[in-house]
Amino acid sequence: MNHQPTPQTGKEKNPNLKKISGLTMESIGVLMTCPMHKYLEQQLETHFNLFRLWHCNSSITEFLKTHQGNTIRAVVGDTNIGADAELIASFPNLEIVASYSVGLDKIDLRKCEEKGIRVANTPDVLTDDVADLAIGLILGVLRRICASDEYVRIGKWKDADFGLATKFSGKSVGIVGLGRIGTAIAKRAEAFGCSISYFSRSQKPFANYKFYSNIIDLATSCQILIVACALTEETRHIIDREVIDALGPKGILINIGRGAHVDETELVSALLEGRLGGAGLDVYENEPEVPEELLGLGNVVLQPHVGSDTVETSDAMADLVISNLKAHFSNKPLLTPVI
Amino acid sequence: MAESTDCHKAQQDFPKVLILKPIPFINLVGEQYFASNKFTFLEAYDSSLPLHQFLSTHSPSIKAILSSVGAPPITADILHLLPEVGLVVTTSVGLNQVDLLECRRRGIKVANAGSIFSDDVADFAVGLLIDVLRKVSASDGYVRKGLWATKGDYPLGSKLGGKRIGIVGLGNIGFAVAKRLEAFRCSISYNSRKRKPHVSYPFYESVCELAANCDVLVICCELTDQTHHMINKEVLSALGKEGVIVNIGRGAIINEKEMVQCLVQGEIAGAGLDVFENEPDVPLELFAMDNVVLSPHVAVFTPESFLDLRDLVVGNLEAFFSNKPLLSKFRGLVIGLSNSSYCRLVFLTFF
Repeated sequence: MNHQPTPQTGKEKNPNLKKISGLTMESIGVLMTCPMHKYLEQQLETHFNLFRLWHCNSSITEFLKTHQGNTIRAVVGDTNIGADAELIASFPNLEIVASYSVGLDKIDLRKCEEKGIRVANTPDVLTDDVADLAIGLILGVLRRICASDEYVRIGKWKDADFGLATKFSGKSVGIVGLGRIGTAIAKRAEAFGCSISYFSRSQKPFANYKFYSNIIDLATSCQILIVACALTEETRHIIDREVIDALGPKGILINIGRGAHVDETELVSALLEGRLGGAGLDVYENEPEVPEELLGLGNVVLQPHVGSDTVETSDAMADLVISNLKAHFSNKPLLTPVI
Repeated sequence: MAESTDCHKAQQDFPKVLILKPIPFINLVGEQYFASNKFTFLEAYDSSLPLHQFLSTHSPSIKAILSSVGAPPITADILHLLPEVGLVVTTSVGLNQVDLLECRRRGIKVANAGSIFSDDVADFAVGLLIDVLRKVSASDGYVRKGLWATKGDYPLGSKLGGKRIGIVGLGNIGFAVAKRLEAFRCSISYNSRKRKPHVSYPFYESVCELAANCDVLVICCELTDQTHHMINKEVLSALGKEGVIVNIGRGAIINEKEMVQCLVQGEIAGAGLDVFENEPDVPLELFAMDNVVLSPHVAVFTPESFLDLRDLVVGNLEAFFSNKPLLSKFRGLVIGLSNSSYCRLVFLTFF
């Protein structure tokens, strides 16, 4: 059966695509960049010809020593290893990058667009979980839930009463980036009687929240600042010393975006010096490294990048990756296209 | 000099408010914030006299009692020694430590914390639930021990969105919990003494039936004879292996032994507990579990609420001693007697 790739809407037919005849989907080479989810791995194995980059020490060079670069037609990446220029250049038959994430910062989008490579991600299915975790981090920091769990477990309750935390309900919340996740966080915080304001590239016409065109003004006005935007060149280190100082000694910072949104060195010194009241972090600049100075602090909550890490959502994300790949290789529209 | 002696003498003549055991709340806020020109505190625990003797000695001047969680219960016996008492003020919402029937009989007014803590307790309940489902405390510990870098990713948690929440006791706190969890796309149902007429959440006659139809039970009710050990093995089995329980009510609402057994045997998936049957003792088996989150009865502990409570406690005492209406009078109706001195009540209003 002739397999003729049809032109995608608004895109040129990729001149590098070869005509393939008589091939089934199970023979399509898919490279998984790291062991992100067992169920996803099983599904990729079932439906495609799966290659695992971590079996070659996660090195493209090593992979190419034992495999032909032109076997790979799809890459499944995540927040650890995506598809950078080196990877894209190594696989001349690459047609699609399906990211097991909503964030795209690990994908060289410009290169993909140049080469007509499709890109898909996993929006919406993980919005609730990430927003839930943001609230969980706020409560963990303000109400010191993690610290009090530790307190009870090490037997301190018998000696003394725990002491005061801080109320969450009614506090002012500032959101950096009012996309899907930012909006979901706002909806939850509203149920706690919080006032919501936000900073975004542009004002959202249908959002009933106060808009700040300047992030310093947002940080000055709120008690809880939450980073929920995409990581781009513009938003790298968007939370710097100036923003942290504006948030202040009674303020808390919540980061469920990307580690690189925050100048981590400045964050650490602000916490140590008491210039910032507390922080709830799910992401860091060099995961899985976490600044040692944070490990002993009682006013921070540290999570190992688990924003979407529930059984339900991981499976839903995996299903979406598989569906996008199947759609692409059946010449059907992608479910969640980026490019 | 004479002036201060006069002051001191005047203070000695102030009506006394009895406190049986140190109240952590007062220490946390600061004793100076409870100073008043209408009353003074009389600390029974400072005396070397046996309690009954102390009370008999001071009874003519003891006009009110300030009670708190963990203090000796205000029983009929104690009240018999205090014929001048006209008011019992508690720093808690719960009144299980006060013999309400005896107060009613004697015409002693009772004032509790009303709905001051509702937000804080509801916030904490949601925080405990997210923590249990998403393993926040457990993975926070994992990171602090350096295990993320050496052992890799932490095991997956469970999604909160879409879970069916069963509220046990839909009072101020239960309602506040429900309102919050709805924003997380949870569905709400409840069990209460009676169906609430203006509430659209599905009502279940029995707590067992509620448990069978939900994924999470949140205990928000009072501790009474009827609710004592109401959550037992039967209810927890109905909740099931994927079920989670959160308790911000009173420890004794749950049969703790049976709950621990269920957790050990995997009959339920996890628990978030702020209260225990014998505080500050916590069953040792729980310490080894990472699907359990423990807190030392702090759901009400925020400075904001404590200042509100201080205003309410001092406000109620001063109102009483000025013959003015109380700020938060408990207007319970006795509708029936049980075998003990505590009885079933219908709560009308708090304010």
